[in-house]
Amino acid sequence: MLEQAFVGTRKYYGLLAGLGFLIALGALGYYQQLTTGLGITGMGRDVSWGFYIAQFTYLVGVAASAVMVVLPLYLHNYKAFARIAILGEFLAVAAVTMCLLFIVADLGRPDRLFNIIKYPTPGSVLFWDMVVLNGYLILNIVIGWNVLEAERNDTKYKPWVKYLIYVSIPWAVSIHTVTAFLYAGLPGRGFWLTAVMAPRFLASAFAAGPSLLILLCLLVRAFTKFDPGREQIQTLAKVVTYAILVNIFLFFCEIFTVFYSQIPEHMMHFKYLFVGLEGKGQLVPFMWFSMVGMIVAALAMVVPKVRENENTLAWACGLIILTTYIDKGLGLISAGFIPNPLEHITEYWPTGLEAMITLGIWATGFFILTVLYKIAVSIKEEVRA
Amino acid sequence: MDHNGNYKNEFGWFADKPKVPKKLFNFKAVFIGVVIFVVLVTSPLWKNLGQVIPGPDPQLNTAAIMKLPEKDRTCVESKEYMRANHMLLLGEWRDEVVRDANRDYVNSKGKKYLASLSNNCMECHSNKSQFCDQCHNYVAVVPNCWGCHWEKEKEKKQVAQSEAK
Amino acid sequence: MGINRREFLRLAGLSTLLGLGGKTAFELLAPGQLEAQQYVPEPGAFKAKRWAMVVDMRKLDEKTAHKCINACHLTHNVPDIANPVNPAAAVSPEEQVRFRIKWLWKEDFHNAFPGDEHDNLQEKLHHMKFLVLCNHCDNPPCVRVCPTKATFRRPDGMVMMDMHRCIGCRYCMAACPFGARSFNWRDPRPYIKEVNLNYPTREIGVVEKCTFCDERLSKGQMPACVEASGGALIFGDLGDPKSKVRDQLRTYFTLRRKAHLGTYPQVYYIV
Repeated sequence: MLEQAFVGTRKYYGLLAGLGFLIALGALGYYQQLTTGLGITGMGRDVSWGFYIAQFTYLVGVAASAVMVVLPLYLHNYKAFARIAILGEFLAVAAVTMCLLFIVADLGRPDRLFNIIKYPTPGSVLFWDMVVLNGYLILNIVIGWNVLEAERNDTKYKPWVKYLIYVSIPWAVSIHTVTAFLYAGLPGRGFWLTAVMAPRFLASAFAAGPSLLILLCLLVRAFTKFDPGREQIQTLAKVVTYAILVNIFLFFCEIFTVFYSQIPEHMMHFKYLFVGLEGKGQLVPFMWFSMVGMIVAALAMVVPKVRENENTLAWACGLIILTTYIDKGLGLISAGFIPNPLEHITEYWPTGLEAMITLGIWATGFFILTVLYKIAVSIKEEVRA
Repeated sequence: MDHNGNYKNEFGWFADKPKVPKKLFNFKAVFIGVVIFVVLVTSPLWKNLGQVIPGPDPQLNTAAIMKLPEKDRTCVESKEYMRANHMLLLGEWRDEVVRDANRDYVNSKGKKYLASLSNNCMECHSNKSQFCDQCHNYVAVVPNCWGCHWEKEKEKKQVAQSEAK
Repeated sequence: MGINRREFLRLAGLSTLLGLGGKTAFELLAPGQLEAQQYVPEPGAFKAKRWAMVVDMRKLDEKTAHKCINACHLTHNVPDIANPVNPAAAVSPEEQVRFRIKWLWKEDFHNAFPGDEHDNLQEKLHHMKFLVLCNHCDNPPCVRVCPTKATFRRPDGMVMMDMHRCIGCRYCMAACPFGARSFNWRDPRPYIKEVNLNYPTREIGVVEKCTFCDERLSKGQMPACVEASGGALIFGDLGDPKSKVRDQLRTYFTLRRKAHLGTYPQVYYIV
């Protein structure tokens, strides 16, 4: 099957070359970071996690959302999703790879990476995150590959694959739950100290991930002979609709608890995000755009006419991806650190080099995604020919 | 698919032609690839071909060692042991000192030493450039002790230099 | 001995678990290689059941605080990012804030004890500079989250850092409610003007913090800040009812930072 990755049109190679260029740029930036230290980023002693960890958090959600295709297919025997399950699984592979790369990019001493395995510490959530992310990566590669190969050979996949699929469903939930637990169990960070962190992560993931999948399906239809199918896209759209509504609901649950209780340690972070503190509030316009945009998109998705028209659907999905990205990728991580535990306010904004490395990792993910989708789509085309 | 390119479905094996028409095994391409790989992998050998690289010959007689009476000029363990195991011993010292607050090492003969690289080993072997670097360079290992631990020899020289200025 | 002793003991322990039996396992793994090597603390080392510190703010004026900070930072080669050895290494004021390394530093009352301030505080509190440092908590969140045990709690209560093992994930910095941890965002050496050759520096990419001067205690010396404080900082063993720290805690009302978080800080403040 891998041979399919090496035969393609000029457009395919052009895309890979473009992504390859971005990867090279990112690698250059990373080399600079390795030699002079993480000081090249905008992070500091007060905001000690930044863009990298935020991307990681967002992408764990994208990865976990594959389960929204896998679960209806294998647990509810919703046959229509058999056509696109592989797209969800391969999206998960690319997303988890990016997650792992972002973690490595964030480490001060990547040369000692394997200390996590050498001195395993089950009390640390980060240890478990390493376990579940790597496990999820392997699960999706093995499952995706075997199912696709069986489809190509016009056979049924081997029985043991079925068990792996069953395991992969709760596993997908676990990766985002464990990632939420990274933040939600820290005593000094009022912003993160909330039990709805994991549920909210899952809700926003199940909105953003399938939205991305819808856009990818539309792209696949536009550029290849394989049509992921109208019904499939519509079902995904309903998943997105409910998930984004739940996400907004949970956000307001949080707002209620924080502002009705009036506990300053919890309120001050929300105040920083939405009105600014002591004249510092560079995220304020972003956060308002994010929340208003998210609500607008959610309401639009509820209207059947909007959802059923694939043009307006694409716009709504794009808006959901953007707004959840701002919420999780910009606001969530830095606001946990602002103000700091001593109530000093130091703001954070990523530097150019940091953005370049980030872009390089995204390009790596899309490189992997392009190759995997190329394989999957070629085989789908071949089977249907 | 088995190694002959045959396919299996629920009705048995079929010698279908693979549906990708491209020839995958291109002898010329594979040959060139293998040659490039072999050349790259063996390049260090080619680079050093014909050169004689002298073995390490560290000068260990520092002033601090020569000051000691002849019979006390021994390391914490035998020379053979230290040659083979100094890195393990240092790793052990590190863990004992940092993690268990055991700062003294009692050697196999019952003699006690301060378990410290900078404050003990390097007091006698004060010439890092000879004592450490000669062999490490020869075998191309780069221990990362000196990112944190001071090379006192170098630092003292620098201080002296800046004072002379 | 061709095998690391810790590794050896671990293997021996594991094989004992597997039912090989302790002695047999020793012989199996390292026949005839058991040696008389041992590790012991230094003879004059201070020992305690539970180290703790009392900061007596009545005696701690700003000058003394500075003396303590200088003593600490000199002893441990803590870089001063605002003062590079070579002017070429100077960084912007904004970067000085971001890269700063703090083991022991000063804070105002409302920063050291957020939530405990009110509009009509005692006048002197407005001017007091509180010395803050790692609290060496009894229930330290930093230790809980560390994925490699690079930060760990010793039986005597000291929360220690093993800089050899730290991977620089900075999870401990997110977990610490006291901002007591600093990361090496760049090479610290160009920012250390006066060096102490007997104590190492750190490298790029690891986290560091106050260690209650474990290296001094093990030589039978009090922590550097305590020595420099002229009695304003009191250090000792909570496990010893006759110790000076216990006496202070018995006699005076003391505060701890963010005690409600349940980390059980072991630095106490007399105001």
